[in-house]
Amino acid sequence: MLKIGKLPIFTFAFLIVIFPWVASQISGIEHYTDIMIFAGIYSLITIGLSLLMGYAGQISVGHAAFYGIGAYVSGILTARYGLNPWICMLAGVSVTGAVALIVGAPCLKLKGHYLAMATLAFGIIIFIIFNEETAWTGGPDGMSGIPGLSIFGFEFDSVEKYFYLVWGFVFAAFIFSVNIIQSGAGRALRAIHSSETAANAMGVNVSGYKILVFVYSAVLASLAGSLYAHYLNFINPATFDLFFSIKLLIMIALGGMHSLWGAVIGAGIITFLNYEWLHYFEEFEVIVYGAILLVVVIFLPDGLAGIPDMLKKRFGKH
Amino acid sequence: MNDISNENILEVDKVVKAFGGLMALFKPDFSVKKGIIKAIIGPNGAGKTTLFNVITGFYAPTAGTVRFKGQPISSLKTHEIADRGISRTFQTIELFGNMSVLENVMLGCHTRVRASFMAAGFCLPGARRKEKEIQERAMKILRFIGLADKCNDPAGSLPLGEQKILEIGRALASEPELVCLDEPAAGLNETETHVASSLIKAINAKGVTVLLVEHDMKVVMNVSDEIVVLNYGQKIAEGAPQEIRNNPKVIEAYLGGGT
Amino acid sequence: MEMITPAGQLFQYFITGITVGSIYAMVAVGFNIIYNVTEIINFAQGEFVMLGGLTMISFHVGLGLPLIAAFPATIIIVTLVGMLLDRMAISPIRQPTVLSLIIATIAASILLKGTAMFIWGKDPYDLPAFSGRNPINFFGAVIQPQYFWVIGFLIITVIVLTLFFEKTILGKAMSACADNPDAASLVGINVKQMILLSFALSAAIGAVAGIVVTPISLMEYDRGAMLAVKGFGAAVLGGLGSFPGAVIGGLILGAIESLGAGLISSGYKDAFALIVLMFVLFYKPSGIFGDIEVSRIKRF
Repeated sequence: MLKIGKLPIFTFAFLIVIFPWVASQISGIEHYTDIMIFAGIYSLITIGLSLLMGYAGQISVGHAAFYGIGAYVSGILTARYGLNPWICMLAGVSVTGAVALIVGAPCLKLKGHYLAMATLAFGIIIFIIFNEETAWTGGPDGMSGIPGLSIFGFEFDSVEKYFYLVWGFVFAAFIFSVNIIQSGAGRALRAIHSSETAANAMGVNVSGYKILVFVYSAVLASLAGSLYAHYLNFINPATFDLFFSIKLLIMIALGGMHSLWGAVIGAGIITFLNYEWLHYFEEFEVIVYGAILLVVVIFLPDGLAGIPDMLKKRFGKH
Repeated sequence: MNDISNENILEVDKVVKAFGGLMALFKPDFSVKKGIIKAIIGPNGAGKTTLFNVITGFYAPTAGTVRFKGQPISSLKTHEIADRGISRTFQTIELFGNMSVLENVMLGCHTRVRASFMAAGFCLPGARRKEKEIQERAMKILRFIGLADKCNDPAGSLPLGEQKILEIGRALASEPELVCLDEPAAGLNETETHVASSLIKAINAKGVTVLLVEHDMKVVMNVSDEIVVLNYGQKIAEGAPQEIRNNPKVIEAYLGGGT
Repeated sequence: MEMITPAGQLFQYFITGITVGSIYAMVAVGFNIIYNVTEIINFAQGEFVMLGGLTMISFHVGLGLPLIAAFPATIIIVTLVGMLLDRMAISPIRQPTVLSLIIATIAASILLKGTAMFIWGKDPYDLPAFSGRNPINFFGAVIQPQYFWVIGFLIITVIVLTLFFEKTILGKAMSACADNPDAASLVGINVKQMILLSFALSAAIGAVAGIVVTPISLMEYDRGAMLAVKGFGAAVLGGLGSFPGAVIGGLILGAIESLGAGLISSGYKDAFALIVLMFVLFYKPSGIFGDIEVSRIKRF
């Protein structure tokens, strides 16, 4: 999914702009705008993960940690110390970036199962810290009183306004990531995925790039966490557990790892499953997620976004 | 302009490489003069590819050093050595199968021209300009090696002979002063071998020093200015092709009982 | 009322540590069996333990079957689940890559967890201890009798497995598969069957672990993931693929966790094993008994 033309981008922007209005017009789905805010927040994370996993060929089973660090830094600094939320968001990004750098450097020397397990363990350790450091985080009961967001006096205090804020971030991250993919850096990432040996021999600093894309994906997750915190005005550790890291994997796998569109679509579908379709069937929730992941990995390895190519291969040769 | 025409661009100084108890390289000692084509030959298992891997930074030598333009490079990482001006191809082709022919060569330009992550992400004019430049450089090389018409084909779809040529082209994209070719003729038929040999000479004619490992003696005799012979990780002979051809030690190494 | 001396306290932590370490060792052994034959790391390994505990509870407490009958019945059920996992999640993958296999076993682990949640709900369940709950005084430490059952079953498992791999044809065939699957299939060994068998064995061992540990620490539907990660930590600590390594790694990991929880912080109990895992992966991924060149040559 390399050549992303102007038309899909404009369509994307157009859909974002009209969605809240459309949802408000059709009865029964007014609350979809609220659900789409979460879809947007998750998309922010999956876009970064898509670059990490689909393009650079790495894996992280611990990204909930970065989501949580962003949320807690924003939450703590705004609720406890009353600092400007945007500054705190930047602080969250910096802390998350630093953690990603420190943990990523040794982790990314690992491959395959070892990398997966190391990131998984890291994610759980951060989760334990959220639960244990009650003085800072409020422990398992969470912390409340996180203020909303406003800019120059304009408050994002309605669902519609927050929708545009979140999806504005998503759109920006999307464009930035498309630019990366279509540039030399994107080429370097794909080279790393294909043959680290040859990439090194051609002068690509393989470990440097792996860490760079890891930090990038962590930063996006951190922004998502901050946006989440300021929307719900309350956070608790349960949101940032291992199962969420796995849900992120499901989003990416379902949408298609090698496609940024897939990242957004996958996030959207799982979000609706989570908040809408499975809402009254909680006992089935986990089974459904497991089944989706299994079916995707066996029958749709390139996810939904890979269907056009799959069809081309099946029916293209005549 | 300067009198480095007789200077050694590469010096392999008594390099030792041991893997546990296995001694792969035991103090081969030779230099490569700037601007020549030098071949490393020897029976299977003589340590030729190991030597390449040491020179290009994939292995650190157990002892001894390698110097490039007078500077020791043995402690540098592979990508840093590429930055310094040494490029290479691989015995088993290591093209980027997930990219097109053009993109493979464009990646080769990485050490010479690249935009920063942020500049690329924000699509700054400087980044766009560099991307155009990279594409032009890559196309130039593709025209030089004769693959320009296949620039958008997936790299893996090319026949073997063209894949090897493409890998050489990618190695050229970094404008190296020394290019190390690991068995450029392996697996090629007569026509393809001829193309490869011509390309090697054409590269050399442009001033690039070539160091190659090769089994095909016709190619070696055809293109090389000098030859180094390895056996059991040691240098057993060095000199012009004619001397090597008649060297009794070399003949014995090849004929006297396999490795 | 006897006072526990500091030495006794330390010993207490240590005994608890090797008890819980025995569980990690059994999970690690399970990892190794599958890894040796297939080079796959089965993320669902912990779910076998969870299923062993919960199924045993259903048979013994729910249906009232005596221990003697419920034990083998549980093992059979969980073994079948393990075989199902191979047939439904692993073999169907047409072009196995590292990433797809990781995701497949993660998917399997979620499916098993979800099924367990559906059947048993989210509450923890208890199993009566095999020989009662009167604590035994053991060199100054106060030990639950069930602890000895756990350690005992580890020893039995190790002995049975060693005999299996070294003395039986089937076991030797599996070892051959682990060493060189191509050569093994050339001499007529059905590699696919060996893979199925490896999953079956791993599931069985996991089930045993789950059954013996439930009287101590209860069992609930989502215990699997943590057990899997720590079991993997034990396997890597001892050297992935090595049986003595798995046992020693498990015991050491359990001891570290128990001492850490007792002496440093009980809230961070789970973190100790995870930190050890990360350290081993960063600095000595071949583990105590592993061979570095071997771990590099392995396909993944």
